[in-house]
Amino acid sequence: MKIIVCIKQVPDTTEIKINPATGTLIREGVPSIMNPDDKGGLEMALELKEKHNAHITVLTMGPPQADSILREAMSMGADRAILLTDKRFAGADTLATSHALAGALRKLDFDLIITGRQAIDGDTAQVGPQIAEHLGLPQVTYLRDLSFDGNKTFTLTRETEEGYQLLEADAPCLVTVLASARKARYMRVRGIVEAYSRDVEIWGFEQIEVNEEFLGLKGSPTQVKKAFAKDMKSPGSVYEAEPEEAVGIIISKLKEKFII
Amino acid sequence: MDFNLSKTQILFQQMIHQFAEKEVKPLAAEIDEMERFPVETVQKMGPVGIMGIPIPVAYGGAGGDTLLYTMAVEHLSRACATTGVIVSAHTSLCAVPILEYGTEEQKQKYLPRLAAGEWIGAFGLTEPNAGTDASAQQTTAIPDGDGFILNGSKIFITNAEYAHVYVIMAMTDRSRGTKGITAFIVEKGTPGFSIGKKEKKMGIRGSATCELIFENCRIPKGNQLGKTNEGFGIAMKALDGGRIGIAAQALGIAQGALTETIKYVKERKQFGKPLSAFQNTQFQLADMETRVQAARWLVYRAASLKDQKVNYSSEAAMAKLFAAEVAMEVTTKAVQCHGGYGYTREYPVERMMRDAKITEIYEGTSEVQRMVISAKLLK
Repeated sequence: MKIIVCIKQVPDTTEIKINPATGTLIREGVPSIMNPDDKGGLEMALELKEKHNAHITVLTMGPPQADSILREAMSMGADRAILLTDKRFAGADTLATSHALAGALRKLDFDLIITGRQAIDGDTAQVGPQIAEHLGLPQVTYLRDLSFDGNKTFTLTRETEEGYQLLEADAPCLVTVLASARKARYMRVRGIVEAYSRDVEIWGFEQIEVNEEFLGLKGSPTQVKKAFAKDMKSPGSVYEAEPEEAVGIIISKLKEKFII
Repeated sequence: MDFNLSKTQILFQQMIHQFAEKEVKPLAAEIDEMERFPVETVQKMGPVGIMGIPIPVAYGGAGGDTLLYTMAVEHLSRACATTGVIVSAHTSLCAVPILEYGTEEQKQKYLPRLAAGEWIGAFGLTEPNAGTDASAQQTTAIPDGDGFILNGSKIFITNAEYAHVYVIMAMTDRSRGTKGITAFIVEKGTPGFSIGKKEKKMGIRGSATCELIFENCRIPKGNQLGKTNEGFGIAMKALDGGRIGIAAQALGIAQGALTETIKYVKERKQFGKPLSAFQNTQFQLADMETRVQAARWLVYRAASLKDQKVNYSSEAAMAKLFAAEVAMEVTTKAVQCHGGYGYTREYPVERMMRDAKITEIYEGTSEVQRMVISAKLLK
């Protein structure tokens, strides 16, 4: 079985601060990490490698520095790593990103594509599903579990707001995975020692199969109008009360806060 | 001269730091309080490769170097000095001597399981009457057919209760003093070998420090490590390497205490401002940081010399001497900066100060390190 895991390098948003004057992110000194949902997905792939001898390729699009998460993925056990990097990919929104990734995936063999549900910097959850659409693949999103029958069928547990769905899908397909699905393993010391003597393949526009119009800034219909920090609100309280009693509670709370 | 970490070292630090923060730190206070050996941590370190960092891949290790191993002990000890010394004694005093002096058969038999953390290693040199004066060994190994009979006891043995493999020094020729000592590999469960009294210690209370007792304990000839009567050299070499591990442990303890102190002085307010706003605090922190950094480069340099396979005895001694004294000084200052809270077990600096003390004593006291350093100067 061949698995491709799409991963993204993101700023560690738990360490991020916002400049209150400008409302922009202070990126300085913020470490870059592998996106947590992607890491959960990679762990799922590594389990399939152990159980079913799967071959794992990790694929990322980003600037040359994104190399470090590929080394991290190889240290965890990935077999092959590809970095999509080209000036023509720059300024991509989710649509242009998914086109570039799909362009690379057209050049690769796979039975399963795994992506994280969403990245902690953009939180859109769009790239995985968009890739599936571009490639005409069945997709199952928000996985919290996956198993393989050893032949061609995956059994998938998909998290929903109300509970979960138990589904089956045949290879090839694309799934998006939650970070909470798996506790990702630590990089192996041996993997770390060997990581920088292994190859990370660098692919540019020439190596992938996609229409240039779909890439980079010009392939990106999304425009960011404004970025701002959300005002902090104190959490509300829920009361279960009859209308007459409820009125009293509301009045007293409003008075408490000097609103009335 | 390049003082920058390599990409591999940076990647390794990222992993070991996370491991220490998530898997080791949460247990540190409890294993200290309960004097409990953290078996579960060893079980987690095994698959990651932390129990066999400098062991070659061919023997099931990670194929790393002494510097990576040193960083591992440092980062583990930042969170928990007990965990640091478990790895240090296991690696430097048991796995590495078997790697360096073992026969191919011994290496094949012991290293893969030690490197995987399935087996824990220990080392036995110290005796009730042979501490710094290691030549006063009373444990004997008398040849007997195709083996040896061991009699005697060893004390203060790190990992003792939980180890599976022990590198043990014993007198094979009493008349020759240090030139009559031979090293042996003793397995847990060998008839005549038992674990004696467990020490109640000031610090590193989670590490199982016990007595080893040999009563007509028969060791097969195949378990002799190195040549007959050359055990003292093996022990001294092991301790040279071990000193780098303990220096790294001391460095980690000092860094851990400094990190805790920085966090505390920013939070704690007195006279209407945080402690960090007082110049005394700032000067204390500056002194602590300077000493910790100085210790770090001494330790890394000693490790790097070992990796270059040049003589590093004196540098290892300097690294251990300095890092241990820095650990004691920095943890004492850290408790002082925490005030009354620092003296309680609500904050980790109290434990760190207790843990620091042993680094000035074991694997060669600070006085022994000074002997090693000056002996080279006066040669």
